[in-house]
Amino acid sequence: MDLVALLAIQVLYAIASLALISVGLAIIFGMMRVINLAHGEFLMLGGYAAIVATSHGISIWLSMLVVAPIVVGIIGVVVERTIIRFLYGRMIDTMLATWGLSLLLVGLTTAIFGNTTVGISAPLGSIQIGAYRTSAYTLFVIAVAVVTLGAIFAVMRWTRLGLIARGTMQNANMAAALGVNPPRVYAVTFGVGAALSGLAGAVLAPVSGVFPTIGVAYVAKSFITVIGGGAAILSGTVSASALFGAINQIATFVTTPVFGEVALLAAAIVLIRLLPQGITGRFFRRGL
Amino acid sequence: MMLDVQGLRTGYGRIPILNGISFAVGEGEFVGILGHNGMGKTTLLRALMGFLPATGGSVQFAGTDVTALEPYRRARLGLGYVPQGRDIFPGLSVQDNLRMGCSKQPGSSETETIETVLDEFPRLKTLLDRPGSALSGGEQQLLAIARCLCGKPRLILLDEPTEGIQPSIIDEIVETLLRLRDSSGLTMILVEQNLDFIAALSQRILMIQKGRITQEVKPDNLHNASLIGEFIGITA
Repeated sequence: MDLVALLAIQVLYAIASLALISVGLAIIFGMMRVINLAHGEFLMLGGYAAIVATSHGISIWLSMLVVAPIVVGIIGVVVERTIIRFLYGRMIDTMLATWGLSLLLVGLTTAIFGNTTVGISAPLGSIQIGAYRTSAYTLFVIAVAVVTLGAIFAVMRWTRLGLIARGTMQNANMAAALGVNPPRVYAVTFGVGAALSGLAGAVLAPVSGVFPTIGVAYVAKSFITVIGGGAAILSGTVSASALFGAINQIATFVTTPVFGEVALLAAAIVLIRLLPQGITGRFFRRGL
Repeated sequence: MMLDVQGLRTGYGRIPILNGISFAVGEGEFVGILGHNGMGKTTLLRALMGFLPATGGSVQFAGTDVTALEPYRRARLGLGYVPQGRDIFPGLSVQDNLRMGCSKQPGSSETETIETVLDEFPRLKTLLDRPGSALSGGEQQLLAIARCLCGKPRLILLDEPTEGIQPSIIDEIVETLLRLRDSSGLTMILVEQNLDFIAALSQRILMIQKGRITQEVKPDNLHNASLIGEFIGITA
């Protein structure tokens, strides 16, 4: 029974971390059709932002939950204004540009922080589940994911900002004819996507450590989740994370972590073969 | 003058569509634009809204030179646009489509604005929760006009509102627009191929041919079939 509870927590954690690293990409890709190959580096920058802030005496919670999203959000807006906005509608060019940006960011962080893993120890200690112990931080990551997704839903569904974003993404010209300034909406949306990536990178930094090329480890999984999820940003991210996270963690539990990753990738291939439009291409179509 | 267009030229890429359009619209006037396919009617409205850059000439709107302004700035100055094909946001509910129409005055009394507009369009009241894509063509057209009115425009550009719409709703649109003209002093430029519709609404009608305005007629003369045939090649 204790083992089941432990496994359940680990599955939830796998789902939560997948959802966290993917949701920023889902917003940027799902709403703006921009394939941001520098997504992994946004996560990496979030990790560094949190670590640098912590080492300057800012509380670790503030560093992770406030500083990292703000820093990476600002970087996102700058990137959108200086690079992305000239490339809307040119998918291949955007991919090239963001790939170049990804290499640049990896190079810059290597030059500044060196090619080593830096870490911050996870706060919160551990909790006892029957005969087993697990890190309380695991539960914190799950909570952050739930709150983040809930907040995105609330903003999209109930605020004017969310309405304008959804309308602009559906038909930018018509939105402009109603007085909305689409370039500003794009900049804000890209910034929000980047900020969420920064948050995810920071929250996962105590678990995985941070090094300049850590983005590579994130970016493939994020893209698989977003593509697997399909058009609807939130229900897509949640459903694909749930599917892939559960498969990954259960396979890991039964065999080894390596097979867990293999199972995730195999599941992704099967899913895309069966549902080329992703999960929300067939289910939850009316979801956000 | 509400709108003063002088020698407006535009086109798609290097292909010129408008070759020097000049006309003026006074406050409270309903002006129709008639011409057959490919003569530049829709292009004219898109250029007036700012979706196509002017390659020559000028557009003055309510005393402001808007020739080089972006569409959203023209919208904020009071230019309303109901495009051909309606362009309802398919994934937004009717209510949210109307709220998008209130984008110009954020924070202001959105609910009140929508309620006032809905009083003119009672048919929409029962559809508020439906997604825009689930409406019939006629309902979408009413919604497009209502959404435009939510922005409290001073001049509405209305592009072929009767295209593919059942006659009962066409009558409803005519009545609503005439009522709005009398009650709120709305100005409107209407592009249309339906002669009865354009005659019922317009105070004068401009004929457009090969990107130029060639003739102005009174609505009564529209029933003179030979005149129409001569100028635009549509038979009434």
